[in-house]
Amino acid sequence: MFNKASKGSLFPYTIWIALFVIAPIVLIVYYSMLDLNGNFTLNNYQTFFSSVYLKMTLTSFWYAFLITLFTLLFAYPTAFLLTKTKHKHLWLMLIIIPSWINLLLKTYAFIGIFGLYGPINAFLEVFGLDAQQVLFTDFSFIFVSVYIFIPFMIIPIFNSLDKLNPTLVYAARDLGASSFTTFRRVIFPLTIDGVKSGIQVTFIPALSLFMITRLIAGNKVITLGTAIEQQFLVSQNWGMGSTIAVFLIIIMVIIMLLTGQKKGGRAQ
Amino acid sequence: MRSLIQAAIAILVVCALLFFAVDRLESAGSAGSKDTITVYNWGEYIDPDLLNQFTEETGIKVIYETFDSNEAMMTKVEQGGSAYDVAVPSEYMVEMMKEKDLLLPIDHSKLPNFKNIDPYFLDLAFDPGNKYSIPYFWGTVGVVFNPSIVGDHLTFKSWEDLWDPSLKGKVFLVDGAREVMGMGLNSLGESLNAKDDALLRSATEKLTSLSPNIKAIIGDEITPLMINNEASVALIWSGQAADMLWENEDLDFAVPEEGSNLWFDNFVIPKTAANIDGAHAFINFMLDAEISAQNNDYVGYSTPNAAAMELMDPEVIEDERFYPNEELRAKLEVYENLGLEWLGKYNEQFLKFKMSIR
Amino acid sequence: MKKLSTASKVYLLLVFVVLYAPIFYLIFYSFNSGGSMNNFESFTFEHYKAVFEDSRLIVILINTVIVALLSGLIATIIGTLGAIGIVSIKDKKMRKTLLSLNNVLIVSPDVVIGASFLILFTMIGVKLGFTSVLVSHVAFSIPIVVLMVLPKLLEMNTSLIDAARDLGASKRDVLTRVILPYIQPGIFAGFFLALTYSLDDFAVTFFVTGNGFSTLSIEIYSMARAGISLTVNAISGLVFFVTILVVIGYYFVTNRAKRVNEEVQR
Repeated sequence: MFNKASKGSLFPYTIWIALFVIAPIVLIVYYSMLDLNGNFTLNNYQTFFSSVYLKMTLTSFWYAFLITLFTLLFAYPTAFLLTKTKHKHLWLMLIIIPSWINLLLKTYAFIGIFGLYGPINAFLEVFGLDAQQVLFTDFSFIFVSVYIFIPFMIIPIFNSLDKLNPTLVYAARDLGASSFTTFRRVIFPLTIDGVKSGIQVTFIPALSLFMITRLIAGNKVITLGTAIEQQFLVSQNWGMGSTIAVFLIIIMVIIMLLTGQKKGGRAQ
Repeated sequence: MRSLIQAAIAILVVCALLFFAVDRLESAGSAGSKDTITVYNWGEYIDPDLLNQFTEETGIKVIYETFDSNEAMMTKVEQGGSAYDVAVPSEYMVEMMKEKDLLLPIDHSKLPNFKNIDPYFLDLAFDPGNKYSIPYFWGTVGVVFNPSIVGDHLTFKSWEDLWDPSLKGKVFLVDGAREVMGMGLNSLGESLNAKDDALLRSATEKLTSLSPNIKAIIGDEITPLMINNEASVALIWSGQAADMLWENEDLDFAVPEEGSNLWFDNFVIPKTAANIDGAHAFINFMLDAEISAQNNDYVGYSTPNAAAMELMDPEVIEDERFYPNEELRAKLEVYENLGLEWLGKYNEQFLKFKMSIR
Repeated sequence: MKKLSTASKVYLLLVFVVLYAPIFYLIFYSFNSGGSMNNFESFTFEHYKAVFEDSRLIVILINTVIVALLSGLIATIIGTLGAIGIVSIKDKKMRKTLLSLNNVLIVSPDVVIGASFLILFTMIGVKLGFTSVLVSHVAFSIPIVVLMVLPKLLEMNTSLIDAARDLGASKRDVLTRVILPYIQPGIFAGFFLALTYSLDDFAVTFFVTGNGFSTLSIEIYSMARAGISLTVNAISGLVFFVTILVVIGYYFVTNRAKRVNEEVQR
């Protein structure tokens, strides 16, 4: 029963959608139908269905999936344990603060850390291991991506765990449920909205990652985001760049429709 | 609710204080000068002391903005909305901006120091008669390598050395379609401005056979990585190479003799200029022999300013790796503006090549 | 409350070590007398001195902070109201459409957003500079706020609101006394992540800025070609320490105030 008056609260939000979402979409769709000379064409769409771009779409999906999976795997326990600490809100803030330092700088730091003569390899050498090539591998790429996204996953999960009624957990335990069952049947379902939120803010932007595909993966991973960036800034082919962007948006909408909240919510 | 309002008020108060601080700082900087110019340049590509010196000498305040790619800069100038008086594009971008009618002609009578520039670097194909551009720095594309790691048998006098089997997984390439495809074409003995589909395909094939040797295709990060000896060979612009050699004395630089690229960064006055006299004054100031020498010292790239070179350390200007002799220079080619269609083809082939390395 | 097991503590410690490793790496090299983030030569404060001598850089830093805080605040207000509005929509299709539109800016690469905003601003005739940057940052931060507030709204117990209504609370009271306090953690989360978006953004800001207005991100990215100077490391180090101090200080002050309050009430 969110009263009707709260619909008025949608006003600034709809203006935002009209100006900064709909208008850009219209622009992008318009540009996607232009060729290099500014004439109308559908060739860009045809080009997208060539093997190069389809392969790229699959790659983007695969890496976005892996990144989201690992982010979730590391974020959930972290959020869970954080809710049990004494100064939990302070600790949560300390999770966010690193994300306020410029990403390019941090990426340069990672280049140094993962390097052949960096601290990681120095550490391995202590154990008599040979220097490993860490930079420009799938591992380093996924690691840094998880690093970027983990605060975005931890926070919504933390928020839904935080208000979890402990009596529910105790009740389940009293009824003889094992820790695992309690987690699976009681805790996890109650935090599902937070998890969904976290997955959305990780998976969706991960599809269009670009900078670190070059800096950390050495262009061995090429995503749709990289391709758009190249089309806009190097080839100067805004038409093709916009076409790929249109497909990214379509893909996102499909994902949203598939994962959207199934229950009716609280609109009644 | 109360804590939400408190937080919002706290943020507004902090912002107000910061606004006040900025206002004070900015008014302190511009005391007594009404004349300003906006210079649009790459980051760290000028000695900042010179900007202050310029203001002291002429009373014109410099607003300094930076960009990180030629194309992004052009988009900004094209869209307008901001008054850039001087910009520093590379030569192919000068040509492109000229075609799009984004540049104002330069009045040479307002540039008495123009005579300082070595005539060799004037009147080039991308801007006949230097009507729209004045060279700022120049350089080549070549190979940085670490002789102590790669061994004496590789001198990189030839592009073929990159294909040497001993370099498995040791080569960095710079992430630029023109540079890498150009290298492929040069290694086949062809021009790096080739407009021929069959040639481009064979260049891509040739490059694909280089895949096992490639460690990564990256951008400006090559500099710190090479300084750290992360890889032993890199295809890169001479400007960055100079930085690397400065930091890591083990490294060496060579421009292969089959030919390579000769590039220029140039002062131009974009259509957006609001203070055209100020722009000329600034360019003229930067062409002054002493000023230019000081700037070259700071930036470390090769200068076209002959008068400044006489004031510089002879060791620097006699270094043939960065100031190649005329014989080698004759083999270098300047990028031509290929047009968007061919630029697209170069990028398409480059993308194919990138997707073949794994 | 049960105490954390040792294994849990080690896990959390590891997470924090990884999160802070690159930052300490940056700060470590800000004391390097050599010019770059390689080979540590010897200890020096010269880069910190350079920060304070460079008034242009300080202005840029302050501008960056202002844009982040203001855009975060505005985006949080619009986003929170928007999320409340979205939840109040009964039509499922409509709701899904709005949510899809909400995420468009999250999935679009920055170059696309930046270029289309630039075209938009020049079409409307907005002078590029502080305002256009601020408006753009508000625009791309709104979706993250919505996504942070939404789960809190969805898990809110409707009986809570019904009870309040039955007890005669006005619509306004329901909003300020029941809904907002309940979703407060979501609101704060949205604000802090909006700060992250704003502070990290390079491409959008690059396209929509002009007339001498610049942010730290733009400075750092455009330095990449000629080498990022350690002054930037130093300034990031300073910002980092000030932030940490403010956060910890604020936390303990408010905590203490709360405790005093509670004791007084007892």
